[in-house]
Amino acid sequence: MSRLSIITPSQAQTTVESLYKDLERRIIASPPGLCPVDMAASFLKLCHAQTCGKCTPCRIGLAQLGNLLDDVLSGNADMDTLQLIEDTAQTIYDTADCAIGYEAANMVLKGVHGFRDDYIEHIQHNRCTATLNQPVPCVSQCPAHVDIPGYIALVNEGRYDDAVRLIRQDNPFVTTCAFICEHPCENRCRRNMLDDSVNIRGIKRFAADHISNDYVPALAEPTGKKVAVIGGGPGGLSAAYYLSIMGHKVTVFEQRDKLGGMLRYGIPSYRLPRERLDDEIKHILSTGIEVKTNISIGKDLPISKIQKQYDAIYIAIGAHIDKKIGIEGEDSNNVISAVEMLRAIGDGNYPDFKGKNIVVIGGGNVAMDVVRSSVRLGAEKVTCVYRRRQEDMTALEEEVEGAIAEGVVMATLKAPVRIEADENGNAVALWVKPQIISKVKGGRPSPANSKMDEERIPADLIIVSIGQGIESHEFEKAGIPVKRGNFEAMDLGGVGVSEGLFAGGDCVTGPATVIRAIAAGKVAAANIDEYLGFKHTIAHDVEIPEPKMRNQEPCGRVEMHERDPFERKCDFSCIEDGMTEEEMLQETSRCLRCDHYGYGVFKGGRLREW
Amino acid sequence: MVKLTIDNLPVKVKEGTTILKAAETVGIHIPTLCYLEGINEIGACRVCIVEIEGKQQLEASCNTAVEEGMVVYTNSPRVRKSRRTVVELILSQHDCLCATCVRSGNCELQTVANDLGILKQTYKREVKEADWPKSFPLVRDMAKCIKCMRCVQICDKVQDMHIWDVEGTGSRTNIDVSHNRSIKESDCTICGQCITHCPTGALRERDDTDKVLEALADPNKITVIQVAPAVRTAWAEYWHLDKKKATPGRMVAAIRKLGFDYVFDTNFSADLTIMEEGSELLARLGKRGVYKFPMFTSCCPGWVRFLKSQFPDMTGQLSTAKSPQQMFGAVAKSYFAEKIGVDPRNIFCVSVMPCTAKKHECAIPGMNDACGDPDVDISLTTRELVRLIRADHITPDELKEDQFDSPLGSGTGAAVIFGTTGGVMEAALRSAVYLATGENPSPDAFPEMRGMDGWKEATYEVAGKPLRCAVVSGLGNTRKIVEAIRRGEVEYEFVEVMACPGGCAGGGGQPIHGGKEMAESRGGYLRELDEKSELRFSHENPDVIRMYEEYFQKPLGHKSHRLLHTDHDAWEMPRSPRLANRE
Repeated sequence: MSRLSIITPSQAQTTVESLYKDLERRIIASPPGLCPVDMAASFLKLCHAQTCGKCTPCRIGLAQLGNLLDDVLSGNADMDTLQLIEDTAQTIYDTADCAIGYEAANMVLKGVHGFRDDYIEHIQHNRCTATLNQPVPCVSQCPAHVDIPGYIALVNEGRYDDAVRLIRQDNPFVTTCAFICEHPCENRCRRNMLDDSVNIRGIKRFAADHISNDYVPALAEPTGKKVAVIGGGPGGLSAAYYLSIMGHKVTVFEQRDKLGGMLRYGIPSYRLPRERLDDEIKHILSTGIEVKTNISIGKDLPISKIQKQYDAIYIAIGAHIDKKIGIEGEDSNNVISAVEMLRAIGDGNYPDFKGKNIVVIGGGNVAMDVVRSSVRLGAEKVTCVYRRRQEDMTALEEEVEGAIAEGVVMATLKAPVRIEADENGNAVALWVKPQIISKVKGGRPSPANSKMDEERIPADLIIVSIGQGIESHEFEKAGIPVKRGNFEAMDLGGVGVSEGLFAGGDCVTGPATVIRAIAAGKVAAANIDEYLGFKHTIAHDVEIPEPKMRNQEPCGRVEMHERDPFERKCDFSCIEDGMTEEEMLQETSRCLRCDHYGYGVFKGGRLREW
Repeated sequence: MVKLTIDNLPVKVKEGTTILKAAETVGIHIPTLCYLEGINEIGACRVCIVEIEGKQQLEASCNTAVEEGMVVYTNSPRVRKSRRTVVELILSQHDCLCATCVRSGNCELQTVANDLGILKQTYKREVKEADWPKSFPLVRDMAKCIKCMRCVQICDKVQDMHIWDVEGTGSRTNIDVSHNRSIKESDCTICGQCITHCPTGALRERDDTDKVLEALADPNKITVIQVAPAVRTAWAEYWHLDKKKATPGRMVAAIRKLGFDYVFDTNFSADLTIMEEGSELLARLGKRGVYKFPMFTSCCPGWVRFLKSQFPDMTGQLSTAKSPQQMFGAVAKSYFAEKIGVDPRNIFCVSVMPCTAKKHECAIPGMNDACGDPDVDISLTTRELVRLIRADHITPDELKEDQFDSPLGSGTGAAVIFGTTGGVMEAALRSAVYLATGENPSPDAFPEMRGMDGWKEATYEVAGKPLRCAVVSGLGNTRKIVEAIRRGEVEYEFVEVMACPGGCAGGGGQPIHGGKEMAESRGGYLRELDEKSELRFSHENPDVIRMYEEYFQKPLGHKSHRLLHTDHDAWEMPRSPRLANRE
């Protein structure tokens, strides 16, 4: 008998550990639209299984709480039951000895408050309020509802042109999204239940890189209606594209030199090559869209005039105004905004940062674009200053990691305090207050001042990248309602001031993603068409392959390759290489075809037109 | 073409064919439950699973396409075991009290379970019950629902009404009225297509046979029964009578055996309907500025419910003529009561219809014009008639043919085709030409109105003027035509609508054959009856002519208005949830 021993896990424990992993992935892949009360009851059952059994509230309380939830689900409850559930959960929360008990009760309490309506529907009518409207997880998560299983199957068969045609039914920016979409489609991919989500963006990239011959979409009969689109970004151009296909005469007004909006003036070319963006815009314009650049609506041309000349207007001006940080010394020389810098680059004016010490404030995707561009412009040192921790940054993880690989220093938990300037008014350093990560507020850990002393970060140039707002002034004067800096558009993208005025994208939601702007453009096109008295449908005739042999063997996810950081940081060429054909074939075969298997074959698996 | 083997037999089929259909080409009939060809191929019940060499899992043969070189087994040990388990699981949540089920002997689940020889219950019985309003003509029994989704799909894809939906998720998934409504507050048209496509007894009509038996037992009641045209196409299917035996005459004999005092024919009032509706059409055409066109037929109560709920602003375009069922009731309790000298309140008027919506129609509060009591007391479906005959141990094939009673028992060939799509239109056209010109057209002058197409149209000349006509059946097609009319894409003067695909022959009250569509063959029989008729024009029905002389004087006259026409705005119909979106 040895005095101490090393614990080696039993086979049962190892198996349970792997089941925990399976469950984690399963929760990630939870389909939207499930009965919330049923889920709460099921979670509670799991929580109860974690109970050690020592204390009354957890051992008995959670079981009784479970019985009460079952009563609700079985139609054996009344409103008193709901009160009893709430009271019991509160008591368990207040009396449980450890987190296993009180957090289990807390989950029930959150539900009682968060989806009380559903509890009541169950109690009063023995029914549920939830509905599985869009059962294909990727399609439901894509704001533009692109037919993802459809195009994955097409790419698998080598039908790249058809895949692109299918995508364009819902999203004209195929190439752009292949490079830079945030791919919300991958978040709840059912493949997570087996191993990992399918690399959907990578598959789209393969299609976009292998189109053999582009086409001009068929246009509907001219309607004689004129639509003005204000703003030539992804949202405006998407609306213009579909409206043009529907037979309306569309004019896009763009205040800058070139079209593309944030795709050109925000996203650097190493993420989205300019020639690819230009090709994509060319395709969109091939539907017969008229373009007027260098016209600022409101300044160069009053809105009222456009209202007179056009039957409908879509406002998609995006969010291009930089936000101020509001610290002392911010108006010193050598303090610029991210928008200013990226806009110049977008027009081809690359500043020279050779030998400079650059400090960037912010932790979002735009901040990453700025630091990584600064590296490429020759900076000696690039420091990213952020108030919270690296994992709290709102930028995509791969962006942050890419920046670090290229030599960017992440100065986290530093809150900017003031900018120090020399006698000529030139910024020379950023002073920061070290932070300690603290309480969770709104679901996110917030920073608090630590007891450490302020620090000085020397800087030749400070770039502020803490978010953007919209240029609403001229529109506000024309009577368009603005709320918290954004246009107030009704659910369907209409603006309630006057007839025929629609708005969408960043200027309504605040800065968001490209795919959301595209989706807003698509929705606007449909609603403007209907407003103009038509009901054109956007349809496709692409035949989608039947599912083949199911590939159910767990298999790793293919990631895209990136160029060597030492090489790529010296130029603005694309950093990401697409998959090989071999990788594409493996990755496309991982798709579980939720359009065919499961609920998708019954309802909502595929919309052939909208 | 794709080559594969199924149960060691070589099979060659077109690309895209399902394994199920491929197996059928070599005489292998894989059992199914949820499958409904073209409408519900969702692999939900998993009864049709097969084993495919090289695949990890068994696949549903109903929605898996064949592949080159596939090796399929429909009865491998794995399949046998799994198919059995799947059916046992379904049975564990199914009310298996077959002896008291309306579908016993005609239940697809019962057949599948019996065929598999399942003689024990392996799993814990967990049958869920739910309340259902007893007064509604359509009954849903949750305890018998196997969630095959056929009702949802028929209502969505064919009828485009979306009354049924999946409710809840997980183990509590159920089928119920969509948008958390109750059936009574829904815009259900009561077409009954969900019933005729239900594999089990989860959906059925409200059974009214007890009320009929009660009336037959009451010595003070004079029981009068009318039989709709389409009933004669299907009443004998239960006994598998061949066409020679399954005659209307034998049907009359069977019904008379039940004890009815008078066995009449709805064909009589169909001819009457043509007189009123045809005259109304001509009258409306004469006042083009006053009336909106097209004028719609009004004999299908499912359609009337549809129009009132989906496009209420068009209710005025319905013919005000009552349906043949209701005209018959009104005549039976007025003209006929007078003729035989009885108090109409002592007449108990029963109808047999291929229809579930007729149960609603006869109960519309205002349908009591003859004497204050409902003109038609009880409307039975064809299925209920069959049950009455079975309950009285009557064996129809041994009966001698009989004849409908007089005077409400005569009908022309024009009347008998009321039971198939295009028939009402054709009958109306035959008489409209006569009423407008004084001359009969050829009874076969309107061939474009025949056939099973969901939307038929043609322009005919009536008294030198073009009459643009259209015929639709199935509510999905109906919505399409009404929307096209509203958008101004099509223009007609006269449109016939029947809610059930193929018309009443395929009605929701007809005998059920595992979801098989019967409208075409049954409708063909009605066309034969028309062809063989001596009289093929409604205006030539001698009993109708006599009734006008003795009672109504002329179509659209004062008495006609009171007894044979109705105000479709006099009752409320729940509105479609789509109306909110449209407004």
